[in-house]
Amino acid sequence: MFETKLTARGVAIAFAAAAFVAAVSLAHAETASPAAASILSLVVKWLPLIFTGFLLNLLVSVLSMAIGTVAGVPLGLAQIARHRVVQRCASAVTQFTRNAPWLVLLFLTMFLLPFQFRLFGQSIPFPAWIKAVIGLAIPVMGNVSEIVRGGVLSIPRAQWESAESLAFSPTQTVFKIILPQALKRMLPPWMNLYAILAMATPLIAIVGVQDGLTDVRGALVAENRTDLLLPLYATLLAMFFIYCYPIAMATRALERRAEVKF
Amino acid sequence: MTIVEAFKHLNDAYGINLSIVYDPFDRERFVHGFLMTLLLSIVSMALSIVIGLVGAWLLGGRSRLLKGATTGFVEAFRNTPPLIQLLFFFFAVSPFLPGAVNSAGQVTPLIGGVGWAIISLSLYAGALNVEIFRSGLEAVPSATREAAESLGYTRLQAFRHVVFPLAFRISLSALNNNMVNLIKTTTLAYAIGVPELLYASAAIWSESLNVREMMLVMLATYLLLIAGYTGIMNRVERALRMPGTDV
Repeated sequence: MFETKLTARGVAIAFAAAAFVAAVSLAHAETASPAAASILSLVVKWLPLIFTGFLLNLLVSVLSMAIGTVAGVPLGLAQIARHRVVQRCASAVTQFTRNAPWLVLLFLTMFLLPFQFRLFGQSIPFPAWIKAVIGLAIPVMGNVSEIVRGGVLSIPRAQWESAESLAFSPTQTVFKIILPQALKRMLPPWMNLYAILAMATPLIAIVGVQDGLTDVRGALVAENRTDLLLPLYATLLAMFFIYCYPIAMATRALERRAEVKF
Repeated sequence: MTIVEAFKHLNDAYGINLSIVYDPFDRERFVHGFLMTLLLSIVSMALSIVIGLVGAWLLGGRSRLLKGATTGFVEAFRNTPPLIQLLFFFFAVSPFLPGAVNSAGQVTPLIGGVGWAIISLSLYAGALNVEIFRSGLEAVPSATREAAESLGYTRLQAFRHVVFPLAFRISLSALNNNMVNLIKTTTLAYAIGVPELLYASAAIWSESLNVREMMLVMLATYLLLIAGYTGIMNRVERALRMPGTDV
């Protein structure tokens, strides 16, 4: 177990370095022709721009996660409500938002939300990147709803019954007994969802928001060199990997800790 | 009044423009887009399952090098955005491959957009399948394996007739989840100009100016596709169920 973990970490570090090693080796091959700027120096030149774009990806992912979670928790609780109509509606919304492709939902919000709206006679602009945040928050909401439902249902029935026998009201039971316990089980899938969301943020480039991917493409157009394609795309891949891999490791560590307990 | 006329009337009188019903050109594009999505989904599913099985088999093997390489592959594909993987293959890797010469004497890429979409989707879903099959294999109790071996099964026979059938059934629900995700991920092929359902719909709405209607039709089509897949897999799961066990 420990051994495989070590190999995994070693391989990960190797991969994270791979992009830079590749760039370095290519740069060495290039020094034979001093007229052309070396690939490494070009990657270094564009790195700040790509990183700035990447930061927007991260900002979008954090905002979408926040909105999606705030909307998804009540939806998930509504899925296990006693009231039939509420429960059915919440399930339908959850299934719909979970099963529609992310890119389609993104297109939907980009096209169907106005680019500005009027409030008290003033027009407030609605920039594309905020629409993209909403577009990504919709599938997050559906997935969070399902995580909450699964987490709450995983708590044994006896907990509900004993809470009732101690004269807790249903609301008190949910918030004081069930959720605190379920939270521990909901954390790993929630973190996993965040990693998936972070990796889905380049989709916003397709619908015209300037993110890290747009910057890579812009740099490629500006330099107009085919030998730069591989290193620049690899750089962006490496940025995402360096960000997402620790999250995946932490998720797995939490899952393992939960496993030992039961 | 025929159906075609009815939908034309719907457009003229109410402004609900479902051009895919009355316009043969739009209809053909839409159907082709749907078939392309179906093709991408089915071929990538098959390949990703093969990749998953091979990877899980390598992880259970003795060679540390192969184990490390498989782990590296899984981690690299799981932890990077599938869209950038696809663009990386299509724009950055493709130029390094030798071209093929077509009948007109021009050099064309050996693998086109559809090919790269299938390769990229298969690798991404395959990397996730490796993990799914590995945990399925781990979940089979070692006592079961030992029992089979004590009954005279060889290692391979025990794997084929005892361990794998159990592991596959244990993996099935996670596998289905991943395959549903794969169907949703086929929309990424839009980015490299593969005329799948999203691409076809976008082409239709930008020419027939019916964004709202086409959006809803497209969304409904994807939801039906996924509902169809889940429906089939639920039947498969029921048919595979072994009486007297949990799987």
